Amino acid sequence: MVNILIPAIIKIVVVLGVLLTAVAYTTLAERKISAYLQDRYGPNRVGPFGLFQPVADGIKFFFKEDITPKRVFRVTYYLAPMCTLIPALITFAVIPFGESVSLNGTSYRLWIAENMDLGLVYLLAVSSLGVYGIILAGLSSNNKYSLLGSLRSVNQVVSYEIALGLGILPIAISCGGFNLDEIVRAQEKGIWFVVPHFVAFLIFLVAIFAETNRLPFDLPEGESELVGGYHTEYSGLRFAMFFMGEYANMITASALIVILFFGGWSLTFIKYEIFGSILAAILSVLVFCAKVAFFVFFFIWVRWTLPRFRYDQVMNLMWARLLPAGFLYLLIVGLFYFLLE
Amino acid sequence: MIVKRPVLKWWERLYLPVVEDGLLTTFRHLFKKKVTVQYPEERWVPPEGFRGAPVLLTGLDGREKCTSCKLCMFICPPQAIRIVAGETEHPIEKYPQEFYIDYGLCIFCGYCQEVCPCEAIWLKHEFELADFDRTNLIFGKDKLLQMGRQEPYLKGKEKPLKKG
Repeated sequence: MVNILIPAIIKIVVVLGVLLTAVAYTTLAERKISAYLQDRYGPNRVGPFGLFQPVADGIKFFFKEDITPKRVFRVTYYLAPMCTLIPALITFAVIPFGESVSLNGTSYRLWIAENMDLGLVYLLAVSSLGVYGIILAGLSSNNKYSLLGSLRSVNQVVSYEIALGLGILPIAISCGGFNLDEIVRAQEKGIWFVVPHFVAFLIFLVAIFAETNRLPFDLPEGESELVGGYHTEYSGLRFAMFFMGEYANMITASALIVILFFGGWSLTFIKYEIFGSILAAILSVLVFCAKVAFFVFFFIWVRWTLPRFRYDQVMNLMWARLLPAGFLYLLIVGLFYFLLE
Repeated sequence: MIVKRPVLKWWERLYLPVVEDGLLTTFRHLFKKKVTVQYPEERWVPPEGFRGAPVLLTGLDGREKCTSCKLCMFICPPQAIRIVAGETEHPIEKYPQEFYIDYGLCIFCGYCQEVCPCEAIWLKHEFELADFDRTNLIFGKDKLLQMGRQEPYLKGKEKPLKKG
């Protein structure tokens, strides 16, 4: 029992710590990259290159007055920020992030929920939980803009969940399972799944942008129309939780893209067996982090490039474009593997 | 006028090539020279003809050029100028006993400079006038004259008064 529990706790603590730090620094990255894309410098006063800016932001959020507006529904109003942050964090439980390490004869997987066979299904389930926080925030904060924002968000997230599934299923078919580790192994042996499943990759990418409420699909927030969307009425630490949830979602989404389509921690031409066990594990984790960091950059890059879609365009893209394309591609992949057998 | 909508080719309707175009454009900007002026360390140099704080100029004889005609006071849209006229022994008989400009009111329009028949009031390049107290923004005659003397580029303006 202890043999299982202690490594698990260590893994959880380390992963959560790294994830939350990464979230903090993703906000800095967002501000820095947006500035550089617009020929500005961005925050550069707090510490070298503004590196302590997230700390300053955190302190600011902590000391800000926490305002609860009149006539909000207290229970769900207080529950909503947690409901967005927690699903974003627990998604990381099923994401394997490196080669296994062997210490004193036992091998440890770098994976919190070891050998979870339904990892992908869990991911889909938990990622759709995040929308509850948005619904609760919109319904309970007694503000029409929040309500409109949350309505849009629900519609968008629920719709794009289908496209997300359709992007994942071809991968599951070609691997023969929902186990994320096996998906990475399959790509380690052969080629990264972007190449054979490029259509699925595009569908998944678009869907995951909509799912994380990032631009060009940030209609739930839509500053120019809805003030701040579902989190208009939140301030202080509660707002910070929404904020962190959003960025944690972004990191999780990037990790997912990396695992499903870009070979997880695998480098096609370098095999980790040539290094020692520990060195291999460290290297694999670093490679994984680098890939995730690239996709986080990609998320930010896209945000500061594309304008927001109109609402009907978002729905049209989903139901009239992605859905047929996804089904068609799924059919083709299914037929291919059926005929192969 | 009827603007015809361009008929998009099928790959343009896919939207993705355009996205890629946009991404490349923004990526190029990532490495471009930044335009931000790092303010306390770097200072922005105003261009020629910049309208900053209006100041009083001194003539070559060392007296203020202002003859207290009060045209600037009358034209000033926010009424930021207040002049109390006085008499002297000097051939130009009038001079301002008191001359106040309230920079808290001034909108830097430059009408005073335009209307002044003696070229006595001039808009300087100075623009960092902020203060924590509004009363500190009301500048008196000696301060305005001193600010006028500090400006090397206003030297050429120090011509003796034209006759007529």
